[in-house]
Amino acid sequence: MPQEHATLLRATGIAKIFGSHRALDEVDFDLRAGEVHALLGENGAGKSTLIKILTGAYQPDAGQLEVDGQEVTFRDPQQAQAHGIGTVYQEVNLLPNRSVAENLFLGRQPTRWGLIRRREIEERARELLKTYGLDIDVRAELSTFSVAIQQIIAIARAVELSGKVLVLDEPTASLDRTEVDLLFKVVRELKAKGLGIIFITHFLDQVFELSDRVTILRNGRKITTQALAGLDATDVVRMMLGKDVAFDHHLTGIDAAARGAVRVEFSQMGRAGSVAPFSLTLHEGEVVGVAGLLGSGRTEVARLMFGVDGADGGTVMVDGKPVSIRNPAQAVAAGFGFCPEDRKADGIFGDLSVRENIIIALQAKLGWFRALSREDQIELAGRYADMLDIRAADHDMPIKLLSGGNQQKAILARWLAIDPTFLILDEPTRGIDVGAHAEIVRTINRLREEGLALFVISSELDEVVAYSNRVVVMRDRAMVAELAGADLEPDAIVRAIAGTGPAQAEARP
Amino acid sequence: MTRPTAHLRPSSKPPAGRPRPLANFFTRPQVIALALVLCVNWLLFPGFFSITWQDGRLFGSLIDVLNRGAPVAILAIGMTAVIATKGVDLSVGAVMAISGAVAAVMVTSGQPAWLAVMAALAAGLVCGLWNGILVTVLQIQPIIATLVLMVAGRGLAQLITEGTIVTFSDPVLIFIGTGTVLGLPTPVFLALALMLAATLIVRRTALGLLIEAVGVNRSAARFAGISAGLLLVLAYTFAGFCAATAGLIAAGDIRGADANNAGLWLELDAILAVVIGGTSLMGGRFSIPMSVLGAVIIQAMNTGILISGFSPEFNLVVKSGVIILILILQSPISANLLRRKTTAHSDGARR
Amino acid sequence: MTVIKKLALGAGISALMLSAAWAEGLQGKVVGFSQIGSESGWRAAETSVTKAEAEARGIDLKFADAQQKQENQIKAIRGFIAQGVDAILVAPVVATGWEEVLTEAKEANIPVVLLDRGVEAPEDLYLTSVASDQVKEGRVAGEWLVGTVGDKQCNVVELQGTVGSSPAINRKQGFEEALAGHANLTITRSQTGDFTRSKGKEVMEGFLKAEGGGAGICAVYAHNDDMAVGAIQAIKDAGLKPGSDILVVSIDAVPDIFAAMVAGEANATVELTPNMAGPAFDALDGYLNAGTAPAKFIITESKLYTPADDPQGEYDRRKGLGY
Repeated sequence: MPQEHATLLRATGIAKIFGSHRALDEVDFDLRAGEVHALLGENGAGKSTLIKILTGAYQPDAGQLEVDGQEVTFRDPQQAQAHGIGTVYQEVNLLPNRSVAENLFLGRQPTRWGLIRRREIEERARELLKTYGLDIDVRAELSTFSVAIQQIIAIARAVELSGKVLVLDEPTASLDRTEVDLLFKVVRELKAKGLGIIFITHFLDQVFELSDRVTILRNGRKITTQALAGLDATDVVRMMLGKDVAFDHHLTGIDAAARGAVRVEFSQMGRAGSVAPFSLTLHEGEVVGVAGLLGSGRTEVARLMFGVDGADGGTVMVDGKPVSIRNPAQAVAAGFGFCPEDRKADGIFGDLSVRENIIIALQAKLGWFRALSREDQIELAGRYADMLDIRAADHDMPIKLLSGGNQQKAILARWLAIDPTFLILDEPTRGIDVGAHAEIVRTINRLREEGLALFVISSELDEVVAYSNRVVVMRDRAMVAELAGADLEPDAIVRAIAGTGPAQAEARP
Repeated sequence: MTRPTAHLRPSSKPPAGRPRPLANFFTRPQVIALALVLCVNWLLFPGFFSITWQDGRLFGSLIDVLNRGAPVAILAIGMTAVIATKGVDLSVGAVMAISGAVAAVMVTSGQPAWLAVMAALAAGLVCGLWNGILVTVLQIQPIIATLVLMVAGRGLAQLITEGTIVTFSDPVLIFIGTGTVLGLPTPVFLALALMLAATLIVRRTALGLLIEAVGVNRSAARFAGISAGLLLVLAYTFAGFCAATAGLIAAGDIRGADANNAGLWLELDAILAVVIGGTSLMGGRFSIPMSVLGAVIIQAMNTGILISGFSPEFNLVVKSGVIILILILQSPISANLLRRKTTAHSDGARR
Repeated sequence: MTVIKKLALGAGISALMLSAAWAEGLQGKVVGFSQIGSESGWRAAETSVTKAEAEARGIDLKFADAQQKQENQIKAIRGFIAQGVDAILVAPVVATGWEEVLTEAKEANIPVVLLDRGVEAPEDLYLTSVASDQVKEGRVAGEWLVGTVGDKQCNVVELQGTVGSSPAINRKQGFEEALAGHANLTITRSQTGDFTRSKGKEVMEGFLKAEGGGAGICAVYAHNDDMAVGAIQAIKDAGLKPGSDILVVSIDAVPDIFAAMVAGEANATVELTPNMAGPAFDALDGYLNAGTAPAKFIITESKLYTPADDPQGEYDRRKGLGY
């Protein structure tokens, strides 16, 4: 354990507002020399906004920054660099087809030597990398090395340039275990030299392995900054997901037995590098909830089920008959529907009308030649808009003019229009207003009562508990637990996500 | 493909949103632009609007405009489908050369005309299919994928004709270029027929909507269960078919296949026609009739320059000036201004 | 017809034999020929005529196609120098950038003859240049028209080549020179037909409409035969007879214009001969065997052809040359 060191970087009362959205609200942060400080939070918690402010990419709307006790303002990343703050991103942003030496000293040769002196650069590069335990050919192209080596070269460059604070943004996302060990060794050495290191990752075990302190953000606010020594994974997950308040237990209590016949059966579906093989059975009138941190593989499971990504193997049965699902068109033909997480990129057709957005999946299912008449379209759109209370002045207006909540309801309407047997909802309530949120939760309950099978991914644990018959928990790209009945309560889910709970039944087929 | 062959055309609902009453048709910037260009032509040449019936066909400058504009109009019909998917097809000019070369070489080597026409159209379909496969299966950007055939296609046509202008006297091919159907020049008839067929088919089937969906958001289209890849291939194949038809007209018109010059740069005129017609290069909403109107505007301008008697050094300057004017007229800002003004004006008239 | 054909063939063959007998002096010589490429029918004809001329004279011709690139031509010329050829023919793709390689040829004592186009280089770097006179081509066409029309009033429409190209500028200038001083001949309309058939037809169509259905046009002058062929079709489509209602005169003498003459639809064409190699070999013969320096600029004949000059025979003779 490093002893107490001076504070290198301090941010006080940082706020950042995008439009009407408060991305950061009165956030304090401090980084000491010789510590690894983990920064945690779910998607949209404000991590990347905070990092961009600390490294000069954004300017805060309020609050102040201090480096070594001096107040500073960064107008751009170069200024932050000049104050000693360097960043290494998940995607190495060096030049893959230049040599290692060139990458290390790029943009700095002329000021030091006037002329580019290849030999001297190479010599310095070799010596520099030796201090990182790397003995490699510095004249070789960067791209000839593994991602881990490239990461270390990027770190070496950032430390050379800045030398005080190092930000590591998801550096281990594409590394295997031995590469992670190599990288961590380098990080520990830098820490011992007195650098302050901010570490962002979604691998909780790595947080505990490497970090001294942790700051957790949620919805743009700081939840805590404390030493990791006194924490366990459950505490961290609870703070990230915000389930530290009393849970609404009265909302639970869906009778797991109150479900009908088997509708959809997935067995041994998986995809190398994406999701470990899983098996799951869904019944008529059943909601299966999915919980897990970002990056745990929950969206990937949905994409496999819907044929967006191809499965390596496994089978799908619908009502007892095997079906082939290799693309979304086949999934739709089998009666599946999917409301994707990224509504704007994968869901809405911004320039098409609300009406067309609602009928499009049914039209795709009917084929090219059985066109829905304009009257049918108006009738269908009207019916589902009423059912889901989609508020649009006019169903001929482009859907991009609607609010996020109404867009989400329109996509839900799109799938209800095909009269589905099985519906996948990926974060159906993210980023929408409270009213629409309640509407969608009510709709999920109603659809279950009407006999639909649903697979709902959500980060809102009390919400998942409220409408699910069962909840499967995902961790590290695998289904690791399934909770139902009395076990189905937010605390148990948190423990399962953190991997600290009592032994749970493995996910059952 | 087991699906409808390419003359099924995606177009769509009445362009952009809701159906507008016919009165609004005349306040569209394209219609105003056409009227302006025609008026200028009339000022330059007072006999411009006179149409006479002569030797069993209509005869006059307006008919010439339609006749000369027909190849670009036909290209624009296919180009509209491609641009609606957020793509572009630069190879249509070269495909025209290939189609003409195939037909000419076949008739001069003694094959029957019907076979030559079928072979030329088949060549166009194959070229379009090739483009579609590059764009969908190999995921090459459309502008690059079709650039390949734009360059290689003309070379292919030159190989077929062995570098010479292959002249022919086959009456069927000549009829396609210069004949008369129902009093109209054959090219005009073909362009109108293709436009009507394509428009009807896309309105009566779901093709128009599905193509627009792919153009607006290809990822969302996939998530909604639309076979986006198949639709893209269909669009490019149809563009190839249209280009082959235009190539037959160009060859029949001069009674020969000129591989060096047939369709040269016409892909750019076709893209311009589509843009003038109001279909965005960003994909989505499209209208085949408006693209054809765009082609007519371009040709009316060309004809105006021809009969104006200006020295040819002014051709390109005048043409680009007029096009800039049309695009300004057509921009959303001036379109709004214009609409407001006309509304105000008609209100005033009513009072 | 067949008699005429045979006569023409006979005349062609005896002409070839004559030149072959005269040019015995180049028997067995090695000549390199760097051709631009094969971008037009005329260019293909030039290549095949050059090969035929070389064969008739017993010359070993080394042919190199540059595919429109100067670097390829320079490479080919250096190759010829390395092989130690007796002479080099070049049809230069551009006018500049030749000094270095021409100096190398001069130092190796290999005479260079430029075909068809000139270069911007000191004149002592090449033996001679063989080219047509584009202004003269226009003048010959104009003089024919002046002589044919006589004192009648005649409005002429002109189909120009590609705007800004040198044949378009020069052929226009020559034609205007010939018409100067003949007030009864006026050019009433002039537009570009881009040297292509389809544009020639389209532009002529416009002219016919604008001039009262063709009533006001007495003759059309096209800067090349292809545009004339297109104009002929436009005239026919307008219900008039090309060749009599409207006179047609053009330049190049490609096979299809002779086919039109046979049908009575074209009146005159001025030849841009594809035989640049013949005069070039003659000059080389004199230089290599007798040491006589030829004129620095050899101008090929701009021969006028009318329906009186056996169009069918000309058509047959040219058809196989690659036009």
